[in-house]
Amino acid sequence: MRKLISFKNIVKEFDGQLVLKGINLDIHENEFVTLLGPSGCGKTTLLRILGGFIEQTEGNVYFDGIEISSIPPYKREINTIFQRYALFPHMNVYDNIAFGLRIKKQSKEVIDQKVKRMLTLVGLVGYEKRAVTLLSGGQQQRVAIARALINEPMVLLLDEPLGALDLKLRKEMQVELKKIQKEVGITFIYVTHDQEEALTMSDTIVVINEGEIQQIGNPSDIYNEPENRFVADFIGESNIIEGVMNDDYLVTFDGIQFECIDYGFHDDEQVDIVIRPEDLDIVKAGEGKLDGIVVSSLFKGVHYEIVVETDHRQFIIHTTDNVNIGQHVGLSFYPEDIHVMSKLGAY
Amino acid sequence: MVGIKQYRWLPILIIGLTLIFFYLPILILMIFSFNDSRSLTSWSGFSLQWYRQLFESREVVNAVMTTVTIAIISTIISTFVGTITAIGLSKSKKVIKELVLTFNNFPILNPEIVTAIGLMLLFSAFAIQRGFMTMLLAHISFSIPYVILTILPKLRSLDPNLAEAAMDLGATPWQALTKVIVPQITPGILAGALIAFTMSFDDFVISYFVTGGGVKNISILVYTMSKRINPTINALSTILVVIITIVLIIVNVIPQAKKKERVTLE
Repeated sequence: MRKLISFKNIVKEFDGQLVLKGINLDIHENEFVTLLGPSGCGKTTLLRILGGFIEQTEGNVYFDGIEISSIPPYKREINTIFQRYALFPHMNVYDNIAFGLRIKKQSKEVIDQKVKRMLTLVGLVGYEKRAVTLLSGGQQQRVAIARALINEPMVLLLDEPLGALDLKLRKEMQVELKKIQKEVGITFIYVTHDQEEALTMSDTIVVINEGEIQQIGNPSDIYNEPENRFVADFIGESNIIEGVMNDDYLVTFDGIQFECIDYGFHDDEQVDIVIRPEDLDIVKAGEGKLDGIVVSSLFKGVHYEIVVETDHRQFIIHTTDNVNIGQHVGLSFYPEDIHVMSKLGAY
Repeated sequence: MVGIKQYRWLPILIIGLTLIFFYLPILILMIFSFNDSRSLTSWSGFSLQWYRQLFESREVVNAVMTTVTIAIISTIISTFVGTITAIGLSKSKKVIKELVLTFNNFPILNPEIVTAIGLMLLFSAFAIQRGFMTMLLAHISFSIPYVILTILPKLRSLDPNLAEAAMDLGATPWQALTKVIVPQITPGILAGALIAFTMSFDDFVISYFVTGGGVKNISILVYTMSKRINPTINALSTILVVIITIVLIIVNVIPQAKKKERVTLE
């Protein structure tokens, strides 16, 4: 895939505060990239720099090989879907969608044809004359998508576009957005703080915290091989344990040495270890690798969330088997369930 | 809650008295504009002579012309300047916004007489001939703060991304302003213009101090006439009341009719 957008050492300062601390990031054609991080991490700022609404303090943005920092937003081949859609309330659905083409002075026939195509794409045929203020959140969302895509941009920016929708609608729109992206075949850059959303939709996830990129990777890499404590903690629930890497494939934590599949660390390097709750199995006391007492058990629908206290710490376990509080149990896991992360380069 | 029922007549009485207090003077004034004699207190028969005199008097016609011309020009200019300023302020940093608003509120809170004398001194300090132009400038300057204050809340309620969305779709900043922002705040702009117009139309204190060369607006004319009491004032006032009533009816009825039309369309 061809490299389309390139951020080079982007620094942004707001009133003496560093919001972005030197972002380097490449985005390719047809890629669905998600910028994921907690609120205030700088992800929206990065998106707004690309859209041309704010200017970086330092660094360069390349679009298709050209430096675009001095190009105003209305001349960029990028369209944005804003957090609260920013539809034009004084116009109906048709006029909202046609706005970009009317600005470009396209002919009535062309506009009519393209608006019709967009309405079909987002499933709003028959809504042309509706006032946008009378639409539901999901419908407004679709108008915003159509209004942006009708300009045939090379890149679509989406700033937490599903945040205002309820859970069920959000899930539907996630699938729909992914479908639309495949259909129109352009780059989507999606900003969210919802890790599940990111894992579901993205080709590439960029985890950002405090103005710095923590990890770039595909969803399964990010989930299974978090590079540091922050990523492990932010992407789903996890047990994070401090330990020491004795040698390749050997790690010690809670006073016991375990086999693992990680290597390439310094001898006796201090490390963080992640074990995902669904990777832990509850077995009879004494038959697992660790022993403990069940201190709580919550029914979560698909699974139980069980907390087991060992001599050193509490472990969260997701399992479909229920156990009683106070029961002595063993915890079992495989070497590949242990994910070792270097403390260097952590946040 | 016992006893509330028996006092039900009280609010009605208060409202009734208030309305009488508001409208009785206007009613008396209108009635006496048709009086046959010079008297402002005793009725001696119906006549239209004061209306005839009113339209025959060059002075009155000139004052009306001056008032209307100044009101229209100062409304257009102050509405334009005020709108642009309000939009600019809504996008400014908080410090700048608050500073400008404080300066903006000052002329509103300041007693008119202080503004009037200030303007008069300013014009004489720069040896500017007082007359139509100085009155127009004064009216523009005292209207702008009201326009800004009327439009700002409307801007505040807008989605902050609207202008960005327009530019994102290819609109230049000017197109974003005219095609998206202004249509959104039109009710605010109209309200601001209406306030500017009425402020200008009935201003006396400031106009009185900044005019010269015999240029008079209606308020100044009425003030100078009241020294030699004369029912043409009543006739003039009656005409103004009628015009205002018509305007108010139009302003209130048209949006209602439009709403009905929209409902039936849907």
